[in-house]
Amino acid sequence: MPQVTLTVNGQTHTAEVEGRTLLVELLREKLRLTGTHVGCDTSQCGACVVHINGESVKSCTTLAVMADGAQVTTIEGLAKPDGTLHPMQEAFREYHALQCGFCTPGMVMSAIDLVQKNPGGLTEQQIREGLEGNLCRCTGYHNIVKAIAAAAEVMHGRRSEIARAAE
Amino acid sequence: MNVVAPFEGIGASVRRKEDFRFLQGRGAYTDDFNRQGQLHAWIVRSPHAHARIRGVDTAAAAKMPGVVAVFTGADMAKDALGGLPCGWQIHNKDGSPMAEPPHPVMAAEKVRHVGDPVAVAIAATREQARDAAEAVIVDYEVLPAAATMEAALKPGAPVIHDGVANNLCYDWHIGDKAVLDQAFAGAAKVVSLDLVNNRLIPNAMEPRAALGEFDRTTGEYTLHTTSQNPHVIRLLMGANVLHIPESKLRVVAPDVGGGFGSKIYHYAEEAIVTWSAGKLARPVKWTADRTESFMSDAHGRDHVSKAELALDANGKILGLRVHTYANMGAYLSTFAPCVPTYLYATLLAGTYTTPVIYCEVKAVFTNTVPVDAYRGAGRPEATFLLERLMDVAAKETGIDRIELRRRNFIQPDQFPYQTPVALQYDSGNYQATLDQALAAADWAGFEARRAEAARQGKLRGIGCSTYLEACGIAPSAVVGSLGARAGLYEVGTIRVHPTGSVTVLTGAHSHGQGHETTFAQLVADKLGVPVSQVDIVHGDTAKVPFGMGTYGSRSLAVGGSAMMKAMDKIIAKGKRIAAHLMEASVDDIEFDRGTFRVAGTDKTKALVDISVAAYVPHNYPIDELEPGLEETAFYDPKNFTYPGGCHIAEVEIDPDTGKVSMVNFTAVDDVGRVINPMIVEGQVQGGIAQGIGQALLETCIYDADGQLLSGSMMDYTMPRADDLPPVGVATHTTLCTHNPLGVKGCGEVGAIGSPPAVINAVVDALRDYGVRTLDMPATPAKIWQIINGGRRQAAE
Repeated sequence: MPQVTLTVNGQTHTAEVEGRTLLVELLREKLRLTGTHVGCDTSQCGACVVHINGESVKSCTTLAVMADGAQVTTIEGLAKPDGTLHPMQEAFREYHALQCGFCTPGMVMSAIDLVQKNPGGLTEQQIREGLEGNLCRCTGYHNIVKAIAAAAEVMHGRRSEIARAAE
Repeated sequence: MNVVAPFEGIGASVRRKEDFRFLQGRGAYTDDFNRQGQLHAWIVRSPHAHARIRGVDTAAAAKMPGVVAVFTGADMAKDALGGLPCGWQIHNKDGSPMAEPPHPVMAAEKVRHVGDPVAVAIAATREQARDAAEAVIVDYEVLPAAATMEAALKPGAPVIHDGVANNLCYDWHIGDKAVLDQAFAGAAKVVSLDLVNNRLIPNAMEPRAALGEFDRTTGEYTLHTTSQNPHVIRLLMGANVLHIPESKLRVVAPDVGGGFGSKIYHYAEEAIVTWSAGKLARPVKWTADRTESFMSDAHGRDHVSKAELALDANGKILGLRVHTYANMGAYLSTFAPCVPTYLYATLLAGTYTTPVIYCEVKAVFTNTVPVDAYRGAGRPEATFLLERLMDVAAKETGIDRIELRRRNFIQPDQFPYQTPVALQYDSGNYQATLDQALAAADWAGFEARRAEAARQGKLRGIGCSTYLEACGIAPSAVVGSLGARAGLYEVGTIRVHPTGSVTVLTGAHSHGQGHETTFAQLVADKLGVPVSQVDIVHGDTAKVPFGMGTYGSRSLAVGGSAMMKAMDKIIAKGKRIAAHLMEASVDDIEFDRGTFRVAGTDKTKALVDISVAAYVPHNYPIDELEPGLEETAFYDPKNFTYPGGCHIAEVEIDPDTGKVSMVNFTAVDDVGRVINPMIVEGQVQGGIAQGIGQALLETCIYDADGQLLSGSMMDYTMPRADDLPPVGVATHTTLCTHNPLGVKGCGEVGAIGSPPAVINAVVDALRDYGVRTLDMPATPAKIWQIINGGRRQAAE
């Protein structure tokens, strides 16, 4: 069986995988990082999004062997070791951008990449279009869009902390 | 300690406790659990909608790498297991019970829909199980299929279940037909409308999963499952299918990734993994891939109706007549029969003073996946019918559509209001929610926006619905008399620990609703314990005494009420302890948010003083009071709850493409007392997203042979972020009069109120094209045909 070596959330792992093993299966089944989810089998829902070398990727459509040598970040790797949440995580909580939590890891990972790729800022419509690869069945996206806008302000240094949602 | 910051109590938008784990990938969903020695199951499913099974050859599959067992329907039959039960019995017009054909866990003789389980391959890895499942050879004799209700009801239609004539499950009715006919005879105007309520696929983001375990030492089974109601699963599976006593069966529904009804029911896979785990004495896990979800999760809606409304010369409704065909699919899912009857026809009065209603419902078996409750369940179908009918009636009587509604509203002073279809509404103010929504949506300014859109070459429309729903399900005696085979109370236990922190055990189950926060707020508000020191335990039959679960917007109205009752008992006991400690009469003890006080004095004891005394009863009224501070209450509601409100949709159509853009959506809902406004808004926004999805995007399509064409997320249009508008949500409160919290429920209102508002807006946008009505979803293709078909005809 092929062997892959990859760094996940700063830790290096070597694992034997089948050629057909998907990255998400390696993460979930071998590394027991179950924060990354599988919500479909057609690469439509985005629950499985992780970062490979800083770019958002659907780990259900990536073979584990393709991540050989890569730096992978999953939802488990976002918060600081002292427990401080990433601004995107903090914004999702503040703006009630999650309900059942199943799409959330992929949504957060996609949103971070979207914000990082748009340092000049994002309009509401750009955020909505930027989420085209992620499905949420609970929220109607209204609060997700607001959370991403609020997180972008902090990630780009325009605010020091997540703005409080209107009561 | 025990000084509660006021913002944590009822009415505060407390940020959710559960979010910390969900946001850091620490949620624990069923598929996240793995056990030592665990095997994986893959289900062999029928590729045919209707076929006789001549034989199942498992020999090749059994020899494949990693395979431990391959079981078939015949193997299950050998163990004399029961079939999947139905929890609700409807009676026909003549009083005879509905047809209730068997629902085998795995088909042994016949398959009746694409996706019907036939066998299960169990292997060391999921991939090995899948490979083995593909090697199982099933010899099918393909039979003609009835994929639609029309096909199933035709003379000479394929017989889906032996002994079920005409594929008719039941022929039911409600209301007084003779009185209704009189009302119609005296009507100035009769408006008639044919409607289709499109079939939907719930698609909770977490696919269903089940993990069965068997402990050879104790003889106990454990099932982890993606369920909205683990106690109900334990009851149905233990008593009806596997014949395991409750004491030997633990069902856990851990974090569950959305349900929307689809995870209420007892599914075959739960029984398969539990039974297999016992046979093999090893844990067995099954997780659906999305393709399986499409062909095995219960679908929703799927009604075909004819509605007729009789009005007098002033637009006052005299009567309503409805004939509905409801698709049950191939088998009766757990609560399927009640959806198009008691959750549908009883809602047909809506917010109006309709004096007489007659509704006839024929439920039909077809060769499709079973249909059961999906967010709203029956009430969206009733609301769509009624609110579309009101718009058509407005047009055909020449009365303004808002004015027509106002003329027929139940007035605020008419509550309690008895409808002609069994329900008695306790409270509401439909004028107020309408007025608030009209103002918020700037209804009055719409014509200017329409004119501006027209200048841009766009067709703009606006529509409303003034809906009502019944939820907080439900008084046990009432539902029992209507055919339910269960009670619908809820159970709550309040455990005050020695140091004053609190554990709440509830039979309600959270799969996105934020119970861990909202329920903690109830405790903070009533007992004065900070939210951070209140933990909610749910979803485990080994921990929670009993429960009926979460559906029908019942968690707070019924489950929360049980907690309130249990907290009343805690306070009553605490007063007796406080009286002893402060050497006062128990009648003189007052309690307010964590403090017991001797009335009129400054003598007080905090809740923690009482809990310490209760668990360390050195100075304690031990002769008259047991130690400990834990109370359980069962709450059986006195009535349903009746949320209502007004939804307004504004749309813009591009005539070149037929695409409908949602430009604005306004909701004003009366959900009773609001505990956490942030969570309520989120629930309503999510419901509206599903309602807009039904109205514009989603529909389940089978071909004539019963093949599921909309069988993946590439074929079934799930709403995405850029399909939906920002949703303005507000509440207007009248309190529920019969539960201790005054709450009504907010989980379903969005999906109930919104579809007719959207379609009314689309029809309004198309007013120049002679469109009287339009079936959902209003896809670009349909709209383009209307616009351009009309143009072509004009040119010809």
